[in-house]
Amino acid sequence: MKTNNLILQTATKILLFVIVLFSIYMFFAGHYEPGGGFIGGLMTSGAIVLLLIAYDIKTVSKALPFDYKKVVGVGLLFATGTAAGGLLFGKPLLTHWFTYVDLPLLGKTSLHTAVLFDIGVYLVVIGTTMTIIQTIGESE
Amino acid sequence: MSLLHLAIISPLILALFIPLVHKTVSKIHTGWFLLPLPVALFAYFLSFLGDAIGGQAIMETLAWIPSLGIDFSVRVDGLGLLFALLITGIGSLVVLYSIYYLSMEKEKLNQFYVYLLLFMGAMLGVVLSDNFIVLYAFWELTSFSSFLLIGYWNHRERSRYGAQKSMLITVFGGLAMLGGIILLYLMTGTFSISATVAMAGDIVGHSLFIPALICILLGAFTKSAQFPFHIWLPDAMEAPTPVSAYLHSATMVKAGIYLVARLTPVFAFEGLWIWLVGGIGLLTLFWGSFSAVKHTDLKGILAYSTISQLGLIMSLLGVGAAALHFPEMEDGYFAVAVTAAVFHLINHATFKGSLFMVVGIVDHETGTRDIRRLGGLMTVMPITFTLALIGSFSMAGLPPFNGFLSKEMFFTGMLRAQEIGLFNMESFGLLFPVVAWVASVFTFLYSMIIVFKTFTGKFQPEKLEVKPHEAPIGMLISPVILVSLVVIIGLFPNLVAPLIESVMASILPPLLAAGHDFDVHIYHWHGLSPELFMTIGVILAGILLYKFMPKWAGIYNRMPEKFSLNSFYDKGLENIQRGAAKITDAYMTGSIRSYLLYIFTFFILSLGITLFLKDAFVLDMSHVAEIRAYELVLAVITAVAAISVLLAKSRLSAIILLGAVGYSVSLFYVVFRAPDLALTQLVIETVSVALFLLAFYHLPKLGKNIEDTRFKAGNLIISIGVGAIVTLIALSAHSSKMFDSISQYYIENTYKKAAGENMVNVTLVDFRGFDTLFEITVLGIAALGIYSLIKLRMTRGREQ
Repeated sequence: MKTNNLILQTATKILLFVIVLFSIYMFFAGHYEPGGGFIGGLMTSGAIVLLLIAYDIKTVSKALPFDYKKVVGVGLLFATGTAAGGLLFGKPLLTHWFTYVDLPLLGKTSLHTAVLFDIGVYLVVIGTTMTIIQTIGESE
Repeated sequence: MSLLHLAIISPLILALFIPLVHKTVSKIHTGWFLLPLPVALFAYFLSFLGDAIGGQAIMETLAWIPSLGIDFSVRVDGLGLLFALLITGIGSLVVLYSIYYLSMEKEKLNQFYVYLLLFMGAMLGVVLSDNFIVLYAFWELTSFSSFLLIGYWNHRERSRYGAQKSMLITVFGGLAMLGGIILLYLMTGTFSISATVAMAGDIVGHSLFIPALICILLGAFTKSAQFPFHIWLPDAMEAPTPVSAYLHSATMVKAGIYLVARLTPVFAFEGLWIWLVGGIGLLTLFWGSFSAVKHTDLKGILAYSTISQLGLIMSLLGVGAAALHFPEMEDGYFAVAVTAAVFHLINHATFKGSLFMVVGIVDHETGTRDIRRLGGLMTVMPITFTLALIGSFSMAGLPPFNGFLSKEMFFTGMLRAQEIGLFNMESFGLLFPVVAWVASVFTFLYSMIIVFKTFTGKFQPEKLEVKPHEAPIGMLISPVILVSLVVIIGLFPNLVAPLIESVMASILPPLLAAGHDFDVHIYHWHGLSPELFMTIGVILAGILLYKFMPKWAGIYNRMPEKFSLNSFYDKGLENIQRGAAKITDAYMTGSIRSYLLYIFTFFILSLGITLFLKDAFVLDMSHVAEIRAYELVLAVITAVAAISVLLAKSRLSAIILLGAVGYSVSLFYVVFRAPDLALTQLVIETVSVALFLLAFYHLPKLGKNIEDTRFKAGNLIISIGVGAIVTLIALSAHSSKMFDSISQYYIENTYKKAAGENMVNVTLVDFRGFDTLFEITVLGIAALGIYSLIKLRMTRGREQ
């Protein structure tokens, strides 16, 4: 009998966006609410893992054609780049800068270089978890 | 750098060029290029003779490590000069001899001469250095080059054995000596030998004085093959004969004598020095001469004879040291022993060097050194026979050769030893002349064996591998020169008297300071003294023993080989290796469990003992917060889950229970208001449980028997111990807070300075982002590690 994953796959299609949105929320809220790059990254990779469970590795890698090892690299680049940014202005390593801007729609918003650093964390976490899971999943 | 420094290191410099010369000029024996150097050095050192006899010491200094007080200081006084002359003089003769002895085609001459030059330079450095550390450096270089020379024929097993043995023993002594040098430095604050000698009076009675004395003597005794360290010397006879003649009779083995003589003014005020140097010397003298008789190998006999003669010189130095205790004694009453030591040192170098060369000739021309196969060579090799006869008679102490004179003085010194009247000498002093006399009888005996068993008796050409004939003239030059010295010094001993006087001035400087002058006169005939009767007794007893040798030689076989020092050394070496292997095998089990056991046991013991000794356990409940119901319930759940992990019967339940522990920990985070931690813990726990399940699923089918955790009482005790220690430390750390937390700063500045409200996240990315940077690096490395572990294994699988 051929197994049919219709319910799981349909539920995944809907839940995926919810989880990804939640993870993005977690990521951006990090500076003010519980959350941040680490949890955001884990949540996003959780969403991809759900995809992996509902479909198979080949389908998922076709839909999301990332080399996760490169994602790790890019993440580290973000983090080190932000860390080194302060050096250009004669400040110590990892000096952050922020300002408040009035944006249309969003209102008063703070822009903070720490977010760039957090993006690095976010990408590294996704890259790491996905590399591990994919490698182990592919091995026989 | 002065000319003197250059002279000392010139052999080392020439050693650099020997391989080059050997390679480019292959037609001429490499030794010829070497020969001019020791001759020139000998002439150079002769030029110091006038100064040394006049009591002047030449001092040159070259800064090496001034901050540590280590300078390449060189000092030429009587003692140093005598040795330098011996080294260069006999060195020249040995090089000349080796040119004829070593074949150009068969031997690796470049190696031989490089080692020999290394040795020569090192030896000059030892006797002329005025800095203990420099002396030690050269000292070890002599050990090292001697090791290379003994193992010169490295394809022979016995050569390698002998080289290793001499290396182990002399380096053991060398290291002990370094210890003694450092102890001396701690007492005097200087590495300079002359300054130490000048300070000698101040350090007697210092608590480090005796240890320094013993350490230095260990160095001297191992180098000079004194009992019981003499065992390396007979095995060193595997070296080519020129090496044996040079190193193991005339120079290196006298480095210990040099050291004892050099430091006599420092240590002689201590009675132990007289006892050790005199006593061990006498014991070595007796044991060496007694053992020499039983050997059938000519070089073996000469090796034991060297040991015995070195013991003789050593014992004389020991007795002579007593002179420093009685500076008021007229005409150097005890100092005569030192005179005898110096005189015998010169004599021994001449006759022993020549005897070794003679034995080398016999070996070279007949193909054997075994006296059971030799005999009747007198008519075949008349010149060699004459040389051997004179050398042996001098060694036996017969007139008119130089050995006779120094032996007479030796008896004088020993007879006077019993009158020293210090340190129980009056009761044991009689032993000195008695042992000396008995040893002299055996010395006479083996000297006769060397000559008469080799050159007289029945000629047995059928037992020899080659047809024996007289040696080439070049090979005979060196022993002829040495033997003529034996005769000349024997007939006109006062030729060397000024040199001996200057040497004594270096050994016993305090006596000179007291206004005395050493006045050495050596006479052949000094009346019907007890010494003369002793010598006559030696000759009579020696002849009797030689005549009846077959009757009594059986006693040598009665001594069991098992209790000999050699078997003690061999067994000791073997047992050390076996014991070390056993110990290593016992604790390096290769099992991670054992190593964890050691680590945790050490952890418990070190922390527990510290806690106990420092009385560090404090329990203060005033900071403790109120316990709420949630926490209590959670704690019980966590504890139950954790204990169930240990008792779980299957892997699957253990994994699930571990997950339960993780989730309850995240609940703890919730209760203790750490939402970020709770979220992270929740997700991470899920991921790790998934990974555990993955590993569980992949366990091999074979041997997948699910069994109970093996219960081990030791493991239980250790784990309880670790838990208890950590708990105790945590409790006392919490009870004794030294200062307030710095978190107030973060609370105040999270919004003001970093524009954030989540303090945890702001700390992670802003205040302490540096840590985060490297934590994500760790994550990346882990991902790449897992990737490469799995992928690389798969690639290899595919290749196969």
